[in-house]
Amino acid sequence: MKEIVIISGKGGTGKTSLAAALAFLSGQEAIIADCDVDAADMHLLLSPDFGQAEDFYSGQLAIINNESCISCDLCRQKCRFDAIDTDGRSYNVNAINCEGCGYCARICPVDAITMKDQCAGEFYISRTRISSTLVHAKLAAGAENSGKLVAKVKKEARKLAEVKNKKYVIADGSPGIGCPVISSLSGADFVIIVTEPSVSGIHDLKRVYELVRKFDIRASCIINKYDINPDITARILEYIDSVSVMHLCNIPYSSSFTRAITQGLTVMENGYTEIEMLIEAAWDKIRKSINN
Amino acid sequence: MTTKLQHDIVKIAIASGKGGTGKTTLATNLAVYLSAYRDIILADLDVEEPNSGLFIRAEKVFEDTRYKMMPSWIEESCTFCGLCQDVCNFNAVLNLGRHILVYPELCHSCYACSEMCPGSALPMQKHRMGELKHYRNDNLDFIESRLDIGQEQAVPLIAQALKYAVQISDEKSIMILDAPPGTSCPVIETTKDADKVILVTEPTPFGLHDLKLAVEAMEKLGKEYVVVLNRFGTGNNAVEQYCENSDIRIIAVIPDNRKVAEFYSQGLLVHDKLDDFRESLDRIKDYILE
Repeated sequence: MKEIVIISGKGGTGKTSLAAALAFLSGQEAIIADCDVDAADMHLLLSPDFGQAEDFYSGQLAIINNESCISCDLCRQKCRFDAIDTDGRSYNVNAINCEGCGYCARICPVDAITMKDQCAGEFYISRTRISSTLVHAKLAAGAENSGKLVAKVKKEARKLAEVKNKKYVIADGSPGIGCPVISSLSGADFVIIVTEPSVSGIHDLKRVYELVRKFDIRASCIINKYDINPDITARILEYIDSVSVMHLCNIPYSSSFTRAITQGLTVMENGYTEIEMLIEAAWDKIRKSINN
Repeated sequence: MTTKLQHDIVKIAIASGKGGTGKTTLATNLAVYLSAYRDIILADLDVEEPNSGLFIRAEKVFEDTRYKMMPSWIEESCTFCGLCQDVCNFNAVLNLGRHILVYPELCHSCYACSEMCPGSALPMQKHRMGELKHYRNDNLDFIESRLDIGQEQAVPLIAQALKYAVQISDEKSIMILDAPPGTSCPVIETTKDADKVILVTEPTPFGLHDLKLAVEAMEKLGKEYVVVLNRFGTGNNAVEQYCENSDIRIIAVIPDNRKVAEFYSQGLLVHDKLDDFRESLDRIKDYILE
């Protein structure tokens, strides 16, 4: 089983549209994993049934029992996150600021502080409208620990791929270079970086590739909307060549992406033959490279 | 403690659930456009992929390295009592019996292990996480913070950049905060002290879905928030319907225009090039100064 991860550095370059297109092409050969847990959108194109759902617990929150509190103020003084406030009479925890480190609970002389496990989101295993399996999740609004939820999604997707004897896990990652991205890259076999020819696109591509380099993963690149700025497209091609990143394809600026999203379809299903052919050819290249 | 100064600055965060909806385009154009009227501080808090700097022409006036504090182990003082491992809620400290290991990427700098260690064997030390740069051009101060590649935690750097931005502000400043995409902790850190949050979205099912997530997060924070609808004219009208049904104000729409994408791709601002874009900025300006 091989794991393919799609990332971009910059948001909105077309990761999810392309991941869904590859999910469509791979059909029964892949388990699909939506690792962009704090803005998961893959389900909007694959209509999963949310067949199995469970709560995801991660992290803690301090709770102060003001009946036992003796107002010694120690917790407020020790908290590095400005999470404990007092009005002089009672002490309260600011849930937004609390990191769940538990330092306050450990040092409270009268044990007035307890740490409560937090539900950080939901996790699902679904059957999609194209009969494949989608592992996905929803991070609770404003929750921490997105990296851990990504790790959970990946672990379950891998497990299912082994059990069901699938050839691939196709994982849609999140933008950026921080913990959820690092978590989605760990253990992957092949990464597709989706970029666009803009000053931001090439800047973010270079940063995310610097991250990918720290892992031992084969890297490839799709340039979306390549015709928006031919000069920068040429610069991207030069850059990826210089760092031996495989070029998969150039996709033109096209209304097919927005149209497909609006219809709840992948770009392989709404009749834009040129786009379909480009992505099919890219999928062939990916399979050849990965099975080599 | 909030000082009087902090109260008087107007802090506007530009956020969105979905990436690539136009946060940076809006933040940079708005900052430069408004700087003709007021002192503006633009802070790029998308520290993982900071892009605002590609659009702002200004002189660098300050730069430094940013650190977070982490425990470092002193073998001679350690009794291997194991308390450090017990108190760490993030599994960042590991007692191997003859060696104490600290995992920098897991440490949240809570100081518990360091301050509770009976032998003072884990003093806190600086650990590099990124950089901060400050640029100036007339009435515009621009702050860029950039996370080192491989660092996992964006939040401590965002917090430091915000603190710096507040330090350089005066009571008349308007602060514009360019947020990272998503709805998780980096976005919360960016928006939690903002006076107003502008959520930028696009009229597609992705835009709508991620807008709802962002709204959920803003409701949880108790923020005042409004919507700017970008790429208007593509997709469908579900975002407008949702906003109408949920009583969310759409303060401006920005028409879909390939020209905006082309100027953006070259690192150029559009407020002085496209009339309808500037009209949208005027509506946003009215909202900010309300």
